[in-house]
Amino acid sequence: MSVLLETKAVVKQFGEFRAVDRVDFRVQEGEVLALIGSNGAGKTTLVNLISGLLTADGGQILFRGQDVTKQPVKERIRAGIARSFQLVNLFDQLSALDNVALAIFSRQGKTRRLLTLADADRPVWAEATEVLSLFRLDTKARTLAGGLSQGERKLLDVAIAYALKPRLLFLDEPTSGVGTREKAPIMDTIVSIVRSEGISAAIIEHDMDVVFSYSDRIVAMHQGTILADGTPDQIRRDERVLTTLIGTPEPPR
Amino acid sequence: MSTVTTVVIPTRSPMRRLWYAGPVLVVLLVLPWVADQYQTILLAYGLVMAIAALGFNLLLGYTGLLSFGHSAYFGVGAYAVALMVKYLGVTSMELHLLGAIVASVLVTAIFGVACVRYTRIFFGILTMALSQVLWSLAFKFFWVTGGTDGLRVPTPTLLGVVTGKGDKIAFLAHAYYYYVLAVFLVCVAVMWVIVNSPFGRALQAIRDNETRAQFIGIPIWRYRWVAFMLSGVFTGVAGALWVPLNGLTTPDILHWTFSGKIVFMAVLGGFRTFVGPIVGAVVYNYLESYAVGYTVYWQLFLGVILVVLVLSLPTGIVGTAERLMARRRAPRYPQGGHK
Repeated sequence: MSVLLETKAVVKQFGEFRAVDRVDFRVQEGEVLALIGSNGAGKTTLVNLISGLLTADGGQILFRGQDVTKQPVKERIRAGIARSFQLVNLFDQLSALDNVALAIFSRQGKTRRLLTLADADRPVWAEATEVLSLFRLDTKARTLAGGLSQGERKLLDVAIAYALKPRLLFLDEPTSGVGTREKAPIMDTIVSIVRSEGISAAIIEHDMDVVFSYSDRIVAMHQGTILADGTPDQIRRDERVLTTLIGTPEPPR
Repeated sequence: MSTVTTVVIPTRSPMRRLWYAGPVLVVLLVLPWVADQYQTILLAYGLVMAIAALGFNLLLGYTGLLSFGHSAYFGVGAYAVALMVKYLGVTSMELHLLGAIVASVLVTAIFGVACVRYTRIFFGILTMALSQVLWSLAFKFFWVTGGTDGLRVPTPTLLGVVTGKGDKIAFLAHAYYYYVLAVFLVCVAVMWVIVNSPFGRALQAIRDNETRAQFIGIPIWRYRWVAFMLSGVFTGVAGALWVPLNGLTTPDILHWTFSGKIVFMAVLGGFRTFVGPIVGAVVYNYLESYAVGYTVYWQLFLGVILVVLVLSLPTGIVGTAERLMARRRAPRYPQGGHK
């Protein structure tokens, strides 16, 4: 497996507080990686730096060998980095289908078109329909995003990012705020899609059952640094992770 | 990806909502033959304001930006015409419209750069402040703008042949009314295509969620800037069409209170719908004209009527009408959204 993304000593400072402290982080081609850590560990800040929501104060971010540290969000998306959000970010007054179609229009550079009707572009709607059925949202195509259930909203958030055809997909707590019974179906859907398409995924998650069930590799963060990095089996047995993050000497089942 | 046999295409296809456009168009076309000249000219004013409100609503309804400075672009259109008459002796209405478009593109391009980085109250205040700058220029540079006396604009030549020499009122109530109607229809058609284009959808995405719009690769500021210019140009065209009706342009139309009227028209008609601002502008124009004729305390009278209307119809006239119609059939959309 080759390296898809690499950060070198990346730093983000908020006043006196160093949220991300010289972090070296890697994502390999095609892997599903989990990013764990307590609140304030720097997980979301790291993802924000890589996706372009925040600008790094130091260090370098390389995507497929290209330096993207200072690039605007649009360029990073074009390079193949997409993300979903912890607090779901949708276009609430547009239908689920419109939400996905917009990502496709944007990917194809068609949002610049002023004098053609969006509805007439059948290939885009066909692709949007296909994406929605992949995410099991086809029956909700015409429902306004604001009227979907939390689980559906989470899936739609990921579907929008997926429609951008990324090579690397960041998923910020894809199951937060949904019922326990809904978590597995959501993760099954997302992970089976990214695996079948060969997309690399980095998932921020607090639910350890989800983390250990779906990831190939786990990176644990603590106070802005990387505490541990290894396979689920290695992390399960890592003393520092158990005492610092999970808070019990008993390995999780 | 798996092969999908059924493609879902949006069912809200705006074409299907145009069923009422036919009868309305017939009424608009026959009006000068059945109504008196005053009524026709009154409706011409309404259609002109409808163009302004339509432009304004590209920002409010579709991009989520409340401009309190659209008087500036209306005024730029009107003064462009007046200054073309004063300094260049141009009487062709087509050249007037062209001049108004060029002038409003220039002004909105500059104002837009300053405004589109802000949203909500900051955007509103900035647009208002900039419009007040133009108002004070028109007010103070009287040797150019005529100050509070304004600039007189004679009736123009339409399509190089129709002139208003002779009976000015008859000209305004027939030839000019049809000219306004034609420009209005073109503006409605162009705006309808714009809001239903991929660009229009991108504006709605920006309105709904700026962060997500950014993270699907939409350049927020640039698109807002283009929307700002388009919005201003429509309002500028309205300003240009208004001058011959009024015969005079004064700094009043650059004042922020005039912007307030445009905001009110969109809210009254329903800014969440495409036709809302059009209906709002025409209705507001009638309300104001009749209130002025009815009592010297017309502002008080009009204010009370408008407060009652807004409180009783919070989604505007068209929004309420659509909701009532939707009640009669199975709802396809739960709530909100552009129809």
